[in-house]
This record gives sequence, structure tokens and C-alpha cells, in this order.
Amino acid sequence: MKAPDDCLARNEWICGAYLSTRRQVLSDAVLQHLELTSLAVLIALVLALPLAVLARRWRLAAGPVLALTTVLYTIPSLAMFSLLLPVYGLSAALVVAGLVLYSLTLLVRNILAGLKAVPEETREAARGMGYGPVRLLLTVELPLALPAAMAGLRIAAVSAVSLVTVGAIVGFGGLGNLIYSGMNTYFKAQVLTASVLCVLIAVAADLLLLGVQWLLTPWTRAARS
Amino acid sequence: MNTLGEAWDWLADSAHWSGSEGIGQRLLEHFLLTLVCLLISCLIALPVALVLGHLGRGGALAVNISNIGRAVPTFAVLVLLLLTPLGRYGEGPTVVALVLFAVPPLLTNAYVGMREVDRGVVQAARGMGMTGGQLLRRVEAPLALPMILAGVRLAAVQLVATATIAALAGGGGLGRIITAGFNLASTPQVVAGAFLVAVFALLVEGLFALAERLGPGRARQGRP
Repeated sequence: MKAPDDCLARNEWICGAYLSTRRQVLSDAVLQHLELTSLAVLIALVLALPLAVLARRWRLAAGPVLALTTVLYTIPSLAMFSLLLPVYGLSAALVVAGLVLYSLTLLVRNILAGLKAVPEETREAARGMGYGPVRLLLTVELPLALPAAMAGLRIAAVSAVSLVTVGAIVGFGGLGNLIYSGMNTYFKAQVLTASVLCVLIAVAADLLLLGVQWLLTPWTRAARS
Repeated sequence: MNTLGEAWDWLADSAHWSGSEGIGQRLLEHFLLTLVCLLISCLIALPVALVLGHLGRGGALAVNISNIGRAVPTFAVLVLLLLTPLGRYGEGPTVVALVLFAVPPLLTNAYVGMREVDRGVVQAARGMGMTGGQLLRRVEAPLALPMILAGVRLAAVQLVATATIAALAGGGGLGRIITAGFNLASTPQVVAGAFLVAVFALLVEGLFALAERLGPGRARQGRP
């Protein structure tokens, strides 16, 4: 039997045969990539909201919360995953935990900035109308902080999509796994395809969140037009 | 706790500090990579940003390039470069990748800093008969300095992180201690390497913070 002379055999960068023969592998990697990213960003959001509200309400907490998140953000991703190794072992939880810590930084900073930007007059007006602290937070402060929070969420999501690839070091890197194995076998089509898919996921996540923001903040559109 | 103790023992072992793959050598590699690439990136990004900011042109590009940089995975770029002919030149792919990821924060911050200079001050300088070049050197650049320095700090931290990931793609630096630890399935070595990288990154960030605080008064309050 003659060896096939296609783009796979010639190890070309762009290869249609790769796409058709490895469809299953690619879709599994994309799925893992999406799972790890969305899980991490969601957990970070659930943690960041109370932290930011706490830092806003209780001024003394703001300094330490910001300092801690800055320190976390400064630690390079490979080191972050490695420092969590004794806690989580070689698992998907390790990658998710590392990503949560990064997303937490971006989200807390942005939500806090959004809460701080709520004008004092607005708060006074709501209090004058008899709003209690909880109702003030839920119906006035948080909605007004939404644009800043969403900006942070978009940055966190896009960064998380790109950082998941480093999870390949523990075997849970989504498309990063394909890039890692493609590097070791010098498989150009696999590395390029996985990289391009990664960027596409990041752009898609950004656009999706932009759409969510558009739907959640109708008042900003009314003001502009 | 046990792993932390073992990691500490690993760090305390003097045999791990010397030699061509020792901590000392890796530390030096990491430092040189970061420093050289920071200089190259500044030489590329700052003149472009200062001139664009002075002319008020190309703003969309200068601002959006940071967002694009965030969406492209560092690891993917390193591996892609490794598989190009550039991969044959030792640290070549690492240097190119490091510069590519350090340029966006430098460019964006310097450009925004230049554009945020008080227009009234710029017009007053023009009214005094300053030429474009004088305006750029004596008025705009000094006033934009805090933002430019904030960009340099961001770029430096980014460089330390990228240099670490370079170890995954065969580059040198402290990341190699981590990847070697993974290959040996030695958790103490992985944790010890990660600790060194984290301390290195925090030191770089801390040094810049200190420099900003000790620097001339007008270089302060430049956080974006």
C-alpha cells in the first residue's frame, strides 16, 4: 500500500484532512476548554461579588482585599498552577482553582470601582425614598455598577480562555493539550488549528458577554440616543 | 504541610543551586531574558506610542492592541514560533514571544498617557512658540511619564510570566525547575520552583512600586 501524500503526511500548517479526521478530538478539547473556563469564571463571580460589596461597605477591608488580589494576579500562571499541586493533585480542579484566583482579581477590582462610582446623590435620593441598605444595594448600586462589572467580566473571561492552555502541564488544558502534544510530535496543523480555535473562543466569549451587557443595561442605550 | 517542608528542603539543598541546570543559572537566565526583552520592547513601543500620541493618530490601534494581546494565548504563540524555522535558534522563539506580549501594555499606556496631557497646557506651549519636537520632549513626554512608567511595570510583570511559560516550550529560566519537577513527578521540586517564580515576580512588581514611590513627585499617581 502506498503512503498517502496528503497535507497530513507533508505536515503542513493548514490542513483540511486534519479537521475532518480529528473532528472528535477537536470537539472534546473545545468542550473541555469551555467547561474549565465557564466554571472558573462563574465561581469567581460568585466569590467576587460579596468580596467587593464587603470592601465597599467596610472601608478597612478594601486595602487588604485589593493588596491580596494584586499579589495573586502578579504570580505567573505556571507557578500558580504548580503552587496548587499539593492541594488538588493532577486534576481539572487544579486548573479551575488557578483560573478562579486570576478572575477573582479582575472581578473584585472592577466591581469595586463600579460601586465606588455610584454618585452619592443617587444613594441619598434612594435613602430619602425609604430604601433600606439591602434594597439600595440590589436595586440601585449593583445595577449602576453593572457596566464596570461587565467590563471586568469580559477581561476575566478572555484571559481565562487563554490561560486554560497552560493547564496542559497537568493534562487539563482543553485546546492547550493539543498544542502541547502537537509541540512534542512537531504536528504543525494540530498546533495552528488549536491556537486559532482558542482565539475564536476568546472572541466569541467577549461578544457573548457584550450581548448580555446590552440586554442587562437598557438604560445606557436610552441615555445615549 | 508535609509537601511544603519537602519543598523547603529541596530549596535548602545547596546541590540544587549550582551547575548549568541549578537555581542560580535559571535565576540568571530568567533575569537576563526579562531585562533584555524589556529593553527591546521599550525601544520598539515607546517611540511609536510617543509619536502617535503626539500626532493624535492611530489611537484605535494603540488602545485595542492590548485587548488583542489578551485573547492570544502565550503558550500557543510560543509553540507556534517554536515550530517555525525560528525554533532552530535556541532562545529565539522565547525572545520574540516575550517582546510580542510586552509591547501591547507599553504601547497602550504610553499612548493614553500622551493623549491625557491637559490640552490647555499643550496649547500654552504652542503659544509660547514651541515646535512639535520641543512640545513632545519638554511638555508631553514628561507629563505622560507616570502612565508610561505604569506601562513599563505592567510589561515587566507580563515578561516574567511569559518567560515562565517559555519553559513549557523548552525555553530557559525559572520555569524549567517547574517543568523538570513535573517530568520527575516530584511535587516538592514543582512547588519549590513555583515559589521561586512567585517571589521573583513579586520582587519585580515591588521594585517598580518602590521606584514609583521614591521617584520624582510628578512620576507618581500614574496608575491607570
